[in-house]
Amino acid sequence: MGLQRKDLLTIAALTVDEIQLILTTAESLKEVGGRDIKKVPALRGKTVVNLFFEPSTRTRTSFELAAKRLSADVINFSPSTSSIVKGETLIDTARNIESMQADIIVLRHPSPGAAENLARSVRSSVINAGDGWHEHPTQALLDMFTIKEKKGRVEGLTVVIVGDVAHSRVARSNILALTKLGAEVRVVAPPTMLPDSIEHFGVTVFYRLDDALIGADVIIMLRLQRERLSRALLPSIREYAKLFCLTPERLNLAKPEAIVMHPGPLNRGVEISPSVADSVAAVILDQVTNGVSVRMALMYLLSGSGERSTLNE
Amino acid sequence: MVKETSQKPATSSNTILIQGGIVIDPGRVNGRADVLIQHGKIVEVGFPLKTPIRQDSSVIILEANGWIVAPGLVDLHCHLREPGFEYKETIATGAASAVAGGFTSICCMPNTQPVNDNESITKFMLAKGEEAGKARVFPIGAITRKSEGEELADIGELVDAGCVAISDDGRPVMNSLVMRRALEYAKAFGIPVVDHCEDLHLTDGGCMNEGIVSTELGMPGIPDASEEVMVARNLALADLTGVHVHLAHLSTARSVELVRHAKGQGLPVSAEVCPHHFSITEEAVRCYNSNAKMNPPLRTDEDVQALKQGLVDGTIDVIATDHAPHALQEKQLEFDTAPFGIVGFETALPLTLRLVDDGVLSLEQAIDKLTRAPAQLFHLPVGSLQPGKSADVVVFDPKEEWVVDPTQFHSKSQNTPFGGWTVKGKVKMTLVGGRVVYDAR
Repeated sequence: MGLQRKDLLTIAALTVDEIQLILTTAESLKEVGGRDIKKVPALRGKTVVNLFFEPSTRTRTSFELAAKRLSADVINFSPSTSSIVKGETLIDTARNIESMQADIIVLRHPSPGAAENLARSVRSSVINAGDGWHEHPTQALLDMFTIKEKKGRVEGLTVVIVGDVAHSRVARSNILALTKLGAEVRVVAPPTMLPDSIEHFGVTVFYRLDDALIGADVIIMLRLQRERLSRALLPSIREYAKLFCLTPERLNLAKPEAIVMHPGPLNRGVEISPSVADSVAAVILDQVTNGVSVRMALMYLLSGSGERSTLNE
Repeated sequence: MVKETSQKPATSSNTILIQGGIVIDPGRVNGRADVLIQHGKIVEVGFPLKTPIRQDSSVIILEANGWIVAPGLVDLHCHLREPGFEYKETIATGAASAVAGGFTSICCMPNTQPVNDNESITKFMLAKGEEAGKARVFPIGAITRKSEGEELADIGELVDAGCVAISDDGRPVMNSLVMRRALEYAKAFGIPVVDHCEDLHLTDGGCMNEGIVSTELGMPGIPDASEEVMVARNLALADLTGVHVHLAHLSTARSVELVRHAKGQGLPVSAEVCPHHFSITEEAVRCYNSNAKMNPPLRTDEDVQALKQGLVDGTIDVIATDHAPHALQEKQLEFDTAPFGIVGFETALPLTLRLVDDGVLSLEQAIDKLTRAPAQLFHLPVGSLQPGKSADVVVFDPKEEWVVDPTQFHSKSQNTPFGGWTVKGKVKMTLVGGRVVYDAR
């Protein structure tokens, strides 16, 4: 059974079965990365275009590596965002790329909904690699994979998401994936960094990190964007670090076997202390490794699907 | 202030009889009546007519077939984009779009390029309107120079040149002292001051209603409070200065409540609502449809109900279109970068008639909010079929269903969230000064 859809745009649109299929496929593909010759021919002759309108190193590299391990040809295309402001629409850019017979377009874009908009306009499969504050579905899938790998399951776990949920696509996708898979989700942040009506997503809201951590199985730290200071969302980095930095003492409030995750890049000493980041509890580098497997699985499933259906149609 | 169009009547006759229709002239006539027009003016409305009419070919007879015959519609809020943004709309295309929607008088906002903050621009707009020969164009002048919110525009000059109100619509006056002075200064000229109520700091780059949907979509939100704090400010300033403040396009339940309370205290305030705000909600944004992006944003069902109630009890005086054309390429941008606004003239009447079908307003009340009430607020000598008035008339079939097809709009732009909707109420004929300027019979 393939993935019966043309695109992967959001976690919101995925069923639990689809998520499980992606994770199982990723599991069987993970072994490829351990071989001497890290390559399978699954996507030989296919073209994957990484279309990144925002600077990104790790996500783009991860997609690139995933495509290459599947033997696809990969093109990296990073138009400046200023060309959008000047009036060239995303769709124009994407149709150009489609005309070069791209099979899969991996899109990162600063506007929420950009991937959905693109998917409606091109025949190529579209994978959302992050659209504004909206979603970052592959990050959530690799996080689910990592949790499953370390904990054996997602269902029934207590997962704490710490930091700027309001402006985080990672948080949105993770909340959706975790609740679909049956985890108990807590979010903890200053109220200025929690979006309107977040409790409607089935999460419990905390304002103090110490309270949220008690009994946690998994702690997902979000990166603090320093530019938030200018929008009166925070008094200072110093105060944020005092209240929200994950220290060894705070980690002790969680369950003894708790794991710590972070989508990177880390602000050491701000949201996470170096001793936690470098501890055995941290699975941050496993997330990076798993990211390649999960993205391989996705490209494999999207290219191999027989009947195609566009998400959200 | 209204200048008769200098163009010759489209008909060779100076006498026109609109017969066989149901006349609704709010507060005056509601029932079967004929309308006699001579030399561009209303002579008599009644059945049977008392004025003797020569039974010869010199009288043009327009059959109204049982349709509604009403005063031409009056819009207090539109953007005609000229000068400066002619690729979106010109005064000519805007005025043509207006009469196709049944509007015969339209008040255009000053956010052109350059801004309408001096008599040259005002006179240019009036001349272009007259040249177009469609709807009457009534410019609204800027409150502050270049609408920058700092120094007052030459308001006296604007009024003398023909502006009927002042507003910094789209770039609302943030400085409350400047707003106070503008109100005080406007007192000398007897014109209303129109405010687009929005605290730009609270909006902070938001592009849709702040709520569950914006959270789901990952879209920066515009809170209700962004509008409401400015509504409250303006009400306080209306009280302080005693000057008529007209609040543009209310969108939230609390705004309605604030205005209701202020009117109860006798403050000199009036308010408008746009058809889109009482017809659809933030749900329309869900598939990132940039044609559902406007400012103020589409709100929730609770707000829609409150706006309707505001229309019913008179808290909201008028329905205005906020006709805001944008070119296709602008609306093809991603939702957060696309401009705010939708075209409004050609869907306003059928959307308003939905309120009649739903039993919210009577047909006469609905027409009143589009004719007599707006004309009175801005002291325009239109909006009625009273004998002696210019013969500005709309004839529409309230029952005819049609499908909104934006490619058929007379406007230069097609940005509407109502494309594909089946609506009821079709404009058959529009007359301005006794001249048929739109005919779809």
